Amino acid sequence: MESLTNRKKEVSKKEMTFMESIYLPAVLKGMSLTLKHAFRKPVTYRYPKELRPIAPVYRGMHVLKRDEEGRENCTACGLCAVACPAEAITMVAAEREPGEEKLYREEKYAAIYEINMLRCIFCGLCEEACPKEAIFLTDRLVPTDFEREEFIYGKDKLVEDVDNRIDITKRQNTGKRGKK
Amino acid sequence: MDTGLLIEKSILILILFALSLGIAAYQTYFERKVAAWIQDRIGPNRAGPYGILQPLADGGKLFFKEDFIPANADKYLFMIAPGIAMTVALMTSAVIPWGPDIEAFGRTVVLQVTDVNIGILYIMGVASIGVYGIMIGAWASNNKYSLFSAIRASSQMISYELAMGLSVITIVLMSGSLSIREIVDAQHGFNWNIWYQPVGFVVFFVCSIAETNRAPFDMAECESELITGYHTEYGAMKMGFFLFAEYVNLFIASTVIAAFFLGGYNFPGMDYFSGNTLALLCVAVFFIKIVLVIFTFMWIRWTLPRFRYDQLMRLGWKKLIPIALINLVITAVVIAFYKGWFN
Repeated sequence: MESLTNRKKEVSKKEMTFMESIYLPAVLKGMSLTLKHAFRKPVTYRYPKELRPIAPVYRGMHVLKRDEEGRENCTACGLCAVACPAEAITMVAAEREPGEEKLYREEKYAAIYEINMLRCIFCGLCEEACPKEAIFLTDRLVPTDFEREEFIYGKDKLVEDVDNRIDITKRQNTGKRGKK
Repeated sequence: MDTGLLIEKSILILILFALSLGIAAYQTYFERKVAAWIQDRIGPNRAGPYGILQPLADGGKLFFKEDFIPANADKYLFMIAPGIAMTVALMTSAVIPWGPDIEAFGRTVVLQVTDVNIGILYIMGVASIGVYGIMIGAWASNNKYSLFSAIRASSQMISYELAMGLSVITIVLMSGSLSIREIVDAQHGFNWNIWYQPVGFVVFFVCSIAETNRAPFDMAECESELITGYHTEYGAMKMGFFLFAEYVNLFIASTVIAAFFLGGYNFPGMDYFSGNTLALLCVAVFFIKIVLVIFTFMWIRWTLPRFRYDQLMRLGWKKLIPIALINLVITAVVIAFYKGWFN
C-alpha cells in the first residue's frame, strides 16, 4: 500500500559496506543533527517563575458563582453530582430561611458542597449539567498540598468572593450548544 | 637538591591537583549543560546563577550520604578500589607540558612537573592501571553485575589499547622522541600532527573514548543492562571518587589528544610573542583546545547510543587495529623515503 506520510523506510538485513562498518559517516551525520539542536531555543518553561500558556477555555479549579446581587446561584439540585463521571461532587441541600434572601437566590441552597480535587478529572461535565449557571471551571490551578484531606474543597474555597469576582466569560459561550 | 626547585615543583603539583579536581567537578556541570543543549532543555539552573554552584551541591550531598559497605563485600579491597581509581587518574598529569618556560623570581620555571624521556609510555602505562580500580571495586562488591562490568571494562581496555598504541607509534615516528615536551615542540606554530596524521587522530580519539569508559563505549557502566556496573554497590563519597576519577581521566585524555595531535600549546602566529607573554598565551591556548576536545567528547556521548559488546570488539579488533597498522606502515615508509634511507 502506498505510504501516506512518505516517512516509511524499507529495512533490510544486508551486510554492511566498509564505510558503514567503520560507523564514521553515520556518526558525523548524527553529530551534525545534535549540534543543530544545541542551538535551538529550549522548550522548557521554568514553572514556578513562568507559566505555560494555557487555552482561554482551560478547565482548572471550579468556582461556584453568585449572581449580580451577590446571591449564590446553586440550588443543590444535584445534577452536577449525577453528571460527574469521577463521583467527585457531594452536597447537602437545605431550605432557605426567611431573612436569607440576600444570600441565596432560590428557596433551596447547598448547605455543604464538596468537590474532591483528587477525584476530579476536570472534564467540565458538571458545568454542562448545571441548569442554574452556578458551577464553572476556571483557568486557576489547584494548588499542591501535603494531606489528602486538604484536597476536599468545601464552599469556603469554591464559592466566589462577593468583592473579588472570578471572570468566567470566556467559558460561557464555548459549549456545543453555543451560549448557555 | 635545590630548594627553589622543590618549592617550584610542589606549587606546580598543588596547582595541577586542584586544577584536575576543579575541572573534573565542573565537567559534571558542563556535561549536564551540553546534554541539555542537545536535548533542547535548559539544564541545571537552580544552584547559583546559571546553576554554577551545582557541582558543590552535588559534592556536599555525596559527603552526607550513608557510607554503606555490603555484608559480603571484601571490606579492604572495597575501600581501596576508589582510591586506586582516583590516584591513578591524578598521576597522569605529571608528564604533560603545559607551556613554554616562565621567568619568575629570577628563575626559569618549567611548566611541567617532570619531563620524563619516556612520557608517552608513562601515560599509556598509568592509564591502563586505571582499570584496576574498576576491577578491584567490582570484584570486592560481590555483585554479579559489577563483575560483568569489570570483565567488560578490562577486555575493552586491552582491545583498544592496542590500536591506541599503534596510532601513538606513528606520532613517535613523526617526532622521533618519546618525550611529550619534544613531541609538542615539534608541532611549532601551525605544524600540528593532525594535518599529517588524520587517520591516526581518529583512531586515537575513538580509543580514548573507550579508555575513558564513556558512551558510546561505556560498557563498564551500562545503566540499562548492568545497573551502572562497577559502582552498583558503592555509595557516598566512594562512588563520588569513581565518578570523579572518570572525569579526571576525561580531562587527561583531552589533554593528551590536544598535546599529541592538536599542537599542544602551539598556535599560529606564536613567533610574534616572546617571554612570559608567550608562555601565558600558550597555556591559555592549550586550555582552550582541551575544553574543545572535552566538548567533543560530551557531544559524542549525547549523540550516540551504546555499542553492543560484540560490535565493540569487532570495531576494535577488525577495524581500528588494521587501520592503525596500515597507517603506521605508510607513515614509516614515507618517513624512510623522506630521510633518504632507500637511496
